[in-house]
Amino acid sequence: MINFDYIRPSTPKAAIDAINKDASAQFIAGGTNLVDLMKRGVMNPQKLIDINNLPLRAIEQGAGVIRIGALALNSDVAEHELINKKLPLLAQALKAGASQQLRNMATVGGNMMQRTRCPYFYDTVMPCNKRNPGSGCSALKGYNRMHAIFGASNACIAVHPSDMCVALAALDAKVIVSSSKGKRRILFTDFHRLPGATPQKDNNLQRGELITTIEVPDNAAFAQRVLYTKIRDRASYAFALVSVAAALDIKGNTINAARLALGGVAHKPWRLTTAENFLKGKPANITNLQQAAQLAVREAKGFGYNNFKLKLVPNTILQTLKTITGLS
Amino acid sequence: MANEDFFEPEEKLNSLHRARRQFLKQSSALAAIAMASPALVKAAGNGLDEKAAGYFEKVPVQLEINGVQHKLSVEPRVTLLDLLREQLHLSGTKKGCDFGQCGACTVHVNGKRVLSCMSLAVMQDGKKVTTIEGLATGDKLHPMQEAFIKHDGFQCGYCTPGQIMSAVACVREGHANNEQEIREYMSGNICRCGTYPNIVDAITEVQKGGGAL
Repeated sequence: MINFDYIRPSTPKAAIDAINKDASAQFIAGGTNLVDLMKRGVMNPQKLIDINNLPLRAIEQGAGVIRIGALALNSDVAEHELINKKLPLLAQALKAGASQQLRNMATVGGNMMQRTRCPYFYDTVMPCNKRNPGSGCSALKGYNRMHAIFGASNACIAVHPSDMCVALAALDAKVIVSSSKGKRRILFTDFHRLPGATPQKDNNLQRGELITTIEVPDNAAFAQRVLYTKIRDRASYAFALVSVAAALDIKGNTINAARLALGGVAHKPWRLTTAENFLKGKPANITNLQQAAQLAVREAKGFGYNNFKLKLVPNTILQTLKTITGLS
Repeated sequence: MANEDFFEPEEKLNSLHRARRQFLKQSSALAAIAMASPALVKAAGNGLDEKAAGYFEKVPVQLEINGVQHKLSVEPRVTLLDLLREQLHLSGTKKGCDFGQCGACTVHVNGKRVLSCMSLAVMQDGKKVTTIEGLATGDKLHPMQEAFIKHDGFQCGYCTPGQIMSAVACVREGHANNEQEIREYMSGNICRCGTYPNIVDAITEVQKGGGAL
């Protein structure tokens, strides 16, 4: 690992001032991805700004929202009583991610900022437009079993690896960020980007902005019939091939509203608004659930080794919806 | 990096014929003595390539490791794992993948299990670290260590320190109530010899024993 300077400010303002002063500086929180990337020479910041002393760990009930501090640990959020009661989908997704050791280190903000696990991104001798813009995409015609089937471009077919983010996208969360210009809120579904021609940009966070809080609507309708299903190569501790975050608001046998998002299939958590709209107001029967699952893959495209996801996605959606509605 | 530290000190090699526990006890005691004096710390640092050392500014770090206070000086890039093994000679914590994928380097920081290979030492300033060397009380092994021996919870033994540190935390967290839960919450510790069934048995016995860990 190339050596670097290290500072540990104690206020958000000091942290933001520090990053504005130094173009090669990076924030570090849990470090579970950044340290990995620095060891491999994929990222080489000349200064690390350790933000762990900032007061951003609170998990609390607000007016109509649940607020989660950006530095709350993944394990603390997953075990928190308020989260398990009000946002069980988020708790399930967090528990499906990584291992307990990593969840004890990883923060909510860091989870959002983690980079793709595309092996070509980590292998510094291979072309990769995300690591080295303009060098080409090795995955496009390479071993792309883990890669995207939605929203990919010729420049990049990597996926965002988070479980937590899939639940937050489904639950209409917002991201609050601070900078020297003040605060702004970003819709969670607008936080991460599609690769397009600039896959080096994972998200829409601007230089000098610090994630401080995640705000999730306190919506009782999406706190009962929820399920996070994760399909992976082993039973635990592996990244998703496909994951589904689903929440259904059901009265009697009618689906009032649905929230559906996929993980492991795109450069960002992939919200399924077409399938959600299809299910709205419809009876929760097997035919409707099947149609919703098929609608979800209408715009999907495989790249060879990942063609199996074209079947796995609708099957996983259907299985998830059947389980939630008691039809399985 | 510290080329001197690549080789076991002679005293340590001479003690290899002794009981393993005695060996560990002695080497951690040696490390503790060495660390007690800032002058000795500096002397050990002179083993570094002087040119390389000159470029990097070291940062002071204070850590409590297995109940012993250490005032240390480290480069920001040094991981907690490398600090434990190479500077403090606490080689019970193992380097498996060094990329956060295997769990061999699991230690407790402020009571929580974490991966020491993904933790920068400088970021642990002021914290309490427990390693496998800190589990036993004198000659008395920790109940989880006893249970791993009884149930043959290892074969080659390389993943074992990480498995045991993770297992102790797993029971303390309340995540060891049945086999399925144990397997889920121990999934961050890989055993390529495949001793998982025996590890599950060991943890189950300790959990059912209900003693304070």
